[in-house]
Amino acid sequence: MLAYIIRRVLQSLLVLLVVGLVAFSMFRFVGDPIDNMLGQERTVADIERLRDQLGLDDPFVVQYWNFLEGAVQGNFGISYRQGRPVAEIIADRAPATLELAAVSGILALGFGIGLGIFTAIRRNGFSANLIMTLSLVGVSLPTFLIGILLIYIFSVELGWLPSFGRGETTQIGGWSTSFLTESGLKALILPAITLGLYQMTLIMRLVRSEMLEVLRQDYIRFARARGLREKSVNFRHALKNTLVPVITVTGLQLGSIIAFAIITETVFQWPGVGLLFINAIQFVDIPVMAAYLMLISVMFVGINLIVDLLYFAIDPRLRIDGRH
Amino acid sequence: MSAEPVLSVRDLVVEIPTRGGLLRPVDRVSYDIGAGEILGVVGESGAGKSMTGNAVIGLLDRPARITSGEIWLNGERIDQLSMRELRKRRGKQIGMVFQDPLTSLNPLIPIGQQLTETIREHLPVTAAEARQRAIRSLEEVGIPAAAERIDSYPFEFSGGMRQRVVIALALCAEPSLVIADEPTTALDVSVQAQIIALLKRLCRERGTAVMLVTHDMGVIAETADRVAVMYAGRLAELGPVREVLTEPHHPYTSGLMGSTPLASKGQPRLHQIPGSMPRLGALPDGCAFNPRCPKAQDKCRQNPEPRIGPADPRAACWFPLGETA
Ligand SMILES: Nc1ncnc2c1ncn2[C@@H]1O[C@H](COP(=O)(O)OP(=O)(O)OP(=O)(O)O)[C@@H](O)[C@H]1O
Ligand code: SF4
Ligand SMILES: [Mg+2]
Repeated sequence: MLAYIIRRVLQSLLVLLVVGLVAFSMFRFVGDPIDNMLGQERTVADIERLRDQLGLDDPFVVQYWNFLEGAVQGNFGISYRQGRPVAEIIADRAPATLELAAVSGILALGFGIGLGIFTAIRRNGFSANLIMTLSLVGVSLPTFLIGILLIYIFSVELGWLPSFGRGETTQIGGWSTSFLTESGLKALILPAITLGLYQMTLIMRLVRSEMLEVLRQDYIRFARARGLREKSVNFRHALKNTLVPVITVTGLQLGSIIAFAIITETVFQWPGVGLLFINAIQFVDIPVMAAYLMLISVMFVGINLIVDLLYFAIDPRLRIDGRH
Repeated sequence: MSAEPVLSVRDLVVEIPTRGGLLRPVDRVSYDIGAGEILGVVGESGAGKSMTGNAVIGLLDRPARITSGEIWLNGERIDQLSMRELRKRRGKQIGMVFQDPLTSLNPLIPIGQQLTETIREHLPVTAAEARQRAIRSLEEVGIPAAAERIDSYPFEFSGGMRQRVVIALALCAEPSLVIADEPTTALDVSVQAQIIALLKRLCRERGTAVMLVTHDMGVIAETADRVAVMYAGRLAELGPVREVLTEPHHPYTSGLMGSTPLASKGQPRLHQIPGSMPRLGALPDGCAFNPRCPKAQDKCRQNPEPRIGPADPRAACWFPLGETA
């Protein structure tokens, strides 16, 4: 089992190195940073000084190494556009995205698993069928459309909830949170639903089909034959077996919540890293783009790793003969 | 054997509505099982053996359902009980042993927990007492070092050991009736006899009534007190094992056993019954067995079909074998 974990960690590192290479390559092949950073009235001396500062004249491998070294320390260079360290800019923006992603993730997981179980247990019931039909809408409508629809209904027509921004935030240490004010919480609702809806429907449909499969198994019949309560049969015996395959997909879905945040943040002008990334693309702000790419991949790889370890926690068969 | 049977099934009918019409996988089946008695149930695949057992324990898969008849358990009628009331009796009054021990145990829950949850569901004991009972029931079914292995997961046991665990689970709340549906079919031949012997011993000791479904005539001969032969959802023959096996009255029973007085001169020989059991939707008029029966006559092809009783006390046949042989 230890060997397996070590191997998975090494694999993760390899993935990160490759993504790092892609991110770094952008520096060399996309646009000319000097053009972006200096205005029209630049002198040759200015250019030389900046090239030197940014290390643009070093050999490729040295530059890549410097980039990685910086990245590990959280140093992604200076934003071409804002002239501030990228790490600082991202640290400013991260709380907004993380809070949004966390709320969406919890919504998606909670409702996804809950409704999945419900629709599986009541598979012929009216409300279960209704939910299944509605969920088709959830999977087929694009995120931005859902966002715009929600804004139209709840902001424009009903005027209940704000259509953009984070509302009032409170500063705790270096973290700005919107959980503590009413306007902050209100501002979270629509973006969180928009961002989480797709994942929620996916998780729900997956949980449902896995659960239906599990409910057909002999050990469920046997549990019933021993007179266990439906509650215990469904939630102890069936759910546990349902979760094993659900975990992988769910983990990946949570990862993509952060990635998909780009669209939601754009629709709701949510001041997070996704919006930052979109703006960075407009201005070819390579350091910001590279840093974003790295962050997202660290997140994905990290979630994947956690998912693999969760398997061990849930499935005893892996724990014992999981030496591979 | 006490006067009142533990289980009494009266004219049980199970029906399945299908697009092609109503099917009757169990058609007017009646039998009793007394305390400490083992009733063997045999018949070709699809004869309705499992369906009968599932009907008794109330675990018919929809759309199959009991449409008439009565099921009495310990003097109480149970076929009309609510799901809730029936659930309380499962495990406590009726235990069930399934065919495949590899799939009947929840792979993610330690066997001890599966035992204690069952015990605590039915008996008013504390967690510690339930655990003691669980260990004891594992010992009773012959799991070595039960106290140490109680927290093991099912995959840590061999197939035969798992079936012992399944038996422990079926018996842990001391039911008065056990339904064992082909309990050894999925097992290695070398352990089949042990499992059957174990089941027999435990039930004899406790006076448990057993409905033992099997394809193995040898098992029936060694284990059962009485045998019920099923064909196309009907009881073909029902009687004491020794009599039915040595002198079958129903041509189907005789064919099943591979020896038929019709074709033998003292030496029993292997005898394949020609043809196959008709589909439930396409049963012939009269006796369901008539297309395959070597003794069929005109009367057999006309309604009403033969039932146990009128022509023969133990076989559903107009022209039973015993009398003419
Ligand atoms: N949902 C269904 N629709 C139609 N027919 C069904 C359905 N479920 C079961 N049957 C039929 O019911 C009959 C009885 O099946 P049952 O499982 O009781 O047979 P069995 O005697 O236990 O056979 P085996 O020895 O193979 O276990 C079979 O002929 C089967 O085809
Ligand atoms: S009733 Fe007729 S067809 Fe049916 S088993 Fe008896 S002899 Fe054969
Ligand atoms: Mg069967």
